[in-house]
Formats: sequence, C-alpha cells, structure tokens
Amino acid sequence: MTLLEVTDLKTHFKTDRGIVRAVDGVTFTLEEGHTLGVVGESGSGKSVLSRSIMGLLPKFNVIREGSVRFEGEELTAKTNKQLRKLWGTGMSMIFQDPMTSLNPVLKIGRQITEGLMLHFDFRKQQAMETAEELLRSVGIPEPARRLGEYPHQLSGGMRQRVVIAIALSCGPKLLFADEPTTALDVTVQAQILNLLAKQQSERRMAVVLVTHDLGVVAGRTDDIIVMYAGQAVEKASTTQLFANMRHPYTEALFKSIPKLSNPSHTHLDAIPGRPPNLITPPPGCRFAPRCPYAQQKCHDEMPPLITDPNDANHQYRCWFPVQVSAKPAHLVGVAAGH
Amino acid sequence: MAGTGKAHLRDADKAVLRIEDLVVEFPIARGKLKVHAVSGISLDILEGETLGLVGESGCGKSTTGRAIMQLPRPTSGSVVLEGQDLTKLPSDEVRAIRPKMQMIFQDPISSLNPRRKVVDIVAEPLLIWKKGTKEQIQARVREVLDTVGIDVDQAGTRRPHEFSGGQCQRICIARAVVMDPKVIICDEPVSALDVSVQAQILNLLEDMKHRYGLTLVFIAHDLAVVKNISDRVVVMYLGKMCEVGPPDDLYAEPAHPYTKALIESIPEPDPNVRPEASKVLEGDLPSPIAPPSGCRFRTRCAYAQDRCAAEEPQLRKVREGHFVACHFPLIPALD
Ligand SMILES: Nc1ncnc2c1ncn2[C@@H]1O[C@H](COP(=O)(O)OP(=O)(O)OP(=O)(O)O)[C@@H](O)[C@H]1O
Ligand SMILES: Nc1ncnc2c1ncn2[C@@H]1O[C@H](COP(=O)(O)OP(=O)(O)OP(=O)(O)O)[C@@H](O)[C@H]1O
Ligand code: SF4
Ligand SMILES: [Mg+2]
Ligand SMILES: [Mg+2]
Repeated sequence: MTLLEVTDLKTHFKTDRGIVRAVDGVTFTLEEGHTLGVVGESGSGKSVLSRSIMGLLPKFNVIREGSVRFEGEELTAKTNKQLRKLWGTGMSMIFQDPMTSLNPVLKIGRQITEGLMLHFDFRKQQAMETAEELLRSVGIPEPARRLGEYPHQLSGGMRQRVVIAIALSCGPKLLFADEPTTALDVTVQAQILNLLAKQQSERRMAVVLVTHDLGVVAGRTDDIIVMYAGQAVEKASTTQLFANMRHPYTEALFKSIPKLSNPSHTHLDAIPGRPPNLITPPPGCRFAPRCPYAQQKCHDEMPPLITDPNDANHQYRCWFPVQVSAKPAHLVGVAAGH
Repeated sequence: MAGTGKAHLRDADKAVLRIEDLVVEFPIARGKLKVHAVSGISLDILEGETLGLVGESGCGKSTTGRAIMQLPRPTSGSVVLEGQDLTKLPSDEVRAIRPKMQMIFQDPISSLNPRRKVVDIVAEPLLIWKKGTKEQIQARVREVLDTVGIDVDQAGTRRPHEFSGGQCQRICIARAVVMDPKVIICDEPVSALDVSVQAQILNLLEDMKHRYGLTLVFIAHDLAVVKNISDRVVVMYLGKMCEVGPPDDLYAEPAHPYTKALIESIPEPDPNVRPEASKVLEGDLPSPIAPPSGCRFRTRCAYAQDRCAAEEPQLRKVREGHFVACHFPLIPALD
C-alpha cells in the first residue's frame, strides 16, 4: 500500500539575494515498509525535501507548493498543531549530527521519555522502563545506567543510537534518516546502518535514507532518487539505476567516486565546474553547463521527466539520455541480470 | 624494542623523510593523566612517493602529521628530513627548514585569510622568505595559480569567501606549492568537499606531484581515496601502526584483522554487494588515555588470544613491501 505520495513539491525560500529554489518540483511515491534512497551533492535540496514533507520548515519567507499525502491524507494544509500529533507516531526524523538533535543539558532518559509521555500518556515509571527497553534494542550496553547520563558522556556512535531510539520511540510508520552516518567512522557507520535495517524490518517501517554516498544507498534501498539543483533528475529501482544509468549526472557522479575495486592511481573522471546557484538556475537543463553530452536544446529548454520505454518505474530529466549500449561491459552484464 | 617495530623501513639514505619511534602524548587533568595520541610510529618516504595514512577518527593521523612539522614537537622519537633530525634542532633552525615542508588542511576556507586577495595569499610565503624580486614573485604566483586552475586576471584580486570550497582548496594547494617544498603533508584535503569536486582535487594533487616532483603524506579516513592516491599505505589504530603495504596488495589481501574489518565496512556502490551484518566490527574505540595492553586492537578483534593482551606485536613481513603488526595475521608472516 502507498504510504507517502509527493506530487510536484516545491519549496522556495525568500532571501535578500532573491528566491532560493531549494526544492523545485519533486514527485515520488513510497510504499509501506520500503526504503527510498535520496542521493545528491551538498545543496541539492535533500534536507529541504525531507523537512518540507514533514512540515518542519521556518515559519516565514517560505513558499511551498504541491501536494504531500501521507496515508491518503493531505499534509500541506495542516497546521503545526495538527502535524505535531503526527510527528513521532506517523513519521519521525534523524539528523546527521546527533549533537544537534540531542539536548546537551538533559539526561538521556528524560529525552527518550518525553515523546512517550506526550503521545501515549505514559507514567514516568512506565516511560522509563520503555526507554530502557528501547536503548537495549538499539544495542546500547548497560541501558539502565545510560538513562542517567548526558549526551557528552557517550561516543558519537552511541549518541546516534540514542537519536535512533528517540526517533523510533513512538513507533513511526515512516522514518527520515538525513545523512545518519555522515559524521561517523566507517565501522560505526556499518553498525548504525545495520541497526536501522534491523529495526526497519522488525517494525515494517518505511525509510527515506538521505545521503551523498552512492555506496550507502546501493546495498540498502529499494528505490533511488538522484537530486541535482533542487530537482529529481533520475528515479528508478536501485538495481535498475545502477545497471542502467540514463541521466548524465548520475553517470558522472558514479564515475567520479574512487572505488575500492579499482587499482591504485586510477584516473578519476571529475565533473568540471560546480552546481548552479539556486536563485538563478540555468533556464534549460540544470546540469547542461557541466554535461558532456549537452546540445543547444539542453541550454534552452528544461527537459521534462521522461519515463523509460523499457521500464515504467524508471524516469529521468534529460533530452539526450545516456545510451545503455554505451555502458562499460561490466555494467551491461549487471543489466542483463548475470 | 618499543613501539611496533621498524622491519618495514627502507635504506635510510634513500628516504626523504624518516620517522622513528615517534611518540606524542598530551598531558590532561593537570598532568595527572595523558592522552597516548601516537605511541611509537616509524615510517619512511622515498623521493616522489605518496604515503597514505588511514584510520578512524582519533587514531593519531593529524597528530603524526603535525609532529612531523614539529607543531608541536613530539614527546620522543626522531623526524629526519633529508638527513637532518628536526627534533634535535633548535627552534630557529626548525623555522628555517619549514619552507621545505608544507601542510594542507581539511577546511580550505577557514585556512585562508578572509581579508586578503588570492594573489597576496599565495605570494605571502615568498615575501616572508624573500624568495626573489617583486616581479619574480608575481610571475611565480601567476604560474602556480594557473597550474591549479585559477585565472589570475579574472580571480586574482578576489577574496576567499567569493570562492567555493573546491576553489579554496586549489588556492591552498597553490600556496603550499609556491614555496617549492620537498614534502607536502595533506591532512584530509578532500574530506569536506563534494564527491564531484573531490575528484577534481585528487587529480590536481597527482598532477602537481608530477609537475613539481613532490613527495606527499596523504592523511584521510576514506580508504578508497587513500588507495587511489597512494604508493604506500599505513593503517593506524589508536596511535599504533597495524599494517603497511603497497595499496593494491594491502587492499586485495589485508593481513591485519583491523584492516580487513575496515575494508569490509565500506559500502560499495554496487547493489549486488549486500552488506553483511556478520562482518561488522563491534564495540567502540577504547580510550587513548588508558589504551589496552599488548595489541591495542585486541578488545575488538575476533582472533584475539591471551598472547595479544600480554605482548605487543611487532611489524613482520608477509610479502614484498607488505608488513603487519599482529600475532595471528591473516597472511602468514615470512620469518
Ligand atoms: N532556511 C533557508 N533559507 C534559505 N535557503 C535555504 C534555507 N534552507 C536551505 N536553503 C538552501 O536550500 C538549498 C538546499 O539545501 P539542503 O540543505 O536541502 O541541501 P542538501 O542537499 O541537504 O545538502 P547537504 O548535503 O549539504 O546537507 C541550499 O542552497 C541551501 O542553502
Ligand atoms: N592538543 C591535544 N590535547 C589533548 N588530546 C589531543 C590533542 N590533540 C589530539 N588529541 C587526542 O589525540 C588523539 C589523536 O588525535 P588526532 O587528531 O591525531 O586523530 P586523527 O586520526 O587525526 O582523527 P580525525 O580523523 O578525527 O582527524 C585523539 O584521541 C585526540 O583526542
Ligand atoms: S538534458 Fe542535456 S545537458 Fe541535461 S543532462 Fe541531458 S544531455 Fe546533459
Ligand atoms: Mg542536508
Ligand atoms: Mg585528523
């Protein structure tokens, strides 16, 4: 069943310099229990997209258009008070830096029990017992002792586990994980991503996993959206996306990352230039100034979201999509399912 | 023998830089305790080589880089640059040697003076060290900025905040290269940059290395980045060396359980490689104030035996140029 339906969502900010088109027409649906990866470079609009869906935007100088339906209900018309009932139980969010989502002067126990007492009318004792159980379930040793500690007494990985425990405490149906491991070491990242996957399957929860790392989404998502300059430039199932990259930006991003499977000193295909500013983005395709395949049409007209003739789930915003046959041999092999 | 051994060191005459038994401790709690940041590291770098230092947060990579620069001076051990032991030199002589070693940092924007123009930032070290006439200096600055891809006529008079992070890192590289140094220590130079820009800077560093005959120490926590740029890789854990080797060999067949765990925890951009929960390294990094006895990795190691707590492993050869400090290595030692 469809849990979340986002249609042509736009989120613009009014600033002194002009209107920042942070999210500029994003459409997707997410099924119950599924995982969607949102990948893109810094400033591409990933965080604003998540916040805009949840309704966590600044009060002033924001223009939001489009529709967000959660379990069939339109959210864009709801007041903050109405939304607050949904935060925690319907959807919740974890952020990149655990320190910004934890209150440094409150004990861990207090921070976990707050939501439980608000949403479920738990008594303090009952909430504390549930909190201890939650900490145990996210892999924190000696959970009872940790309840009485402050965030700075925990390691970075432990703090992110606490943040996850808080986000899961009211049993959300949808979890936004915005770069949940970017600030952590690789071995801790692996621990945290495994923990998220385990909790997700136990709870049948849907997850939107936001990251700039194609490696993080590759093995852990059902579908992927690639963001560039506020737009979803490519959207596909994860296997299809990696096997058949059609958007030149997706291809360029993939080629530019150093891979462990390549020998040392392999030349990297860097993408020239940098992303456009979002106040006056290029009138045509936003990737055109950096795209190796760009033609005049690309500079003049914005490409619409085109559906792949061979795959109804695969869409891209490009006038001259990368030809599948032009792929390196090992990727064609993957596409054929070998 | 203290530390984790020196079997991997090469002929002292050939090394541009040779560090032996480097120890850096930071006193804390009014001197009652100390942080064992670097505990007996030895390494050498040949002319034109890129040495990659990799490991997780807090393992002592930056401290090693700074100790090489004598910023601050190490607690003990030697740092020999072209035959001269910097730890034995008085401060003014260390200062005189500094132009030979330059450093590039993770955050390019904050390491540039915000009030100065790009050309002045790059010219500054030349002026301080009186390297030529005004005209010679101008020409040199123009040449170096040009090679890092900054157009002096268009951008020379702009200030750092008008540039992106990637461009600021180009300026930092120009400022380091302009002094014609022997060695450049790059401390996480691409960690703060976007993936597409990261590739530009890595390619630029390779170009600059060949053009100016540089020797690089490249510090990073990203194993794929380190593999890409290095000729030799050192894996560190909690102030110690675990493994040294040529990148292709070390990554294909890690001999240290920690190196293996580190490599296995990297998410590959390939949906056919499913992450396996069983391979994940459990637990947290122990405190560097009271590090474990014996092998510092033993508290998280799946292969640990009693001997690992009792005795510190020394670096032993497993292949040509490939050494490991482990009592029970994944590739048998040759001795
Ligand atoms: N409150 C705001 N007012 C004005 N501009 C904003 C605001 N919030 C975000 N932006 C801008 O919107 C754009 C998208 O930002 P967003 O944080 O979504 O990027 P991101 O993809 O999450 O990047 P990162 O990977 O760095 O987290 C950026 O250009 C950002 O500067
Ligand atoms: N000036 C200092 N005083 C006390 N402790 C310090 C000091 N500088 C570094 N340390 C400690 O020394 C250890 C090594 O730190 P270092 O910065 O070298 O690690 P690193 O490998 O560079 O980590 P990162 O990847 O986070 O940059 C850490 O435990 C750190 O907290
Ligand atoms: S529309 Fe044109 S410029 Fe944009 S990605 Fe496609 S080919 Fe490149
Ligand atoms: Mg973000
Ligand atoms: Mg460091």
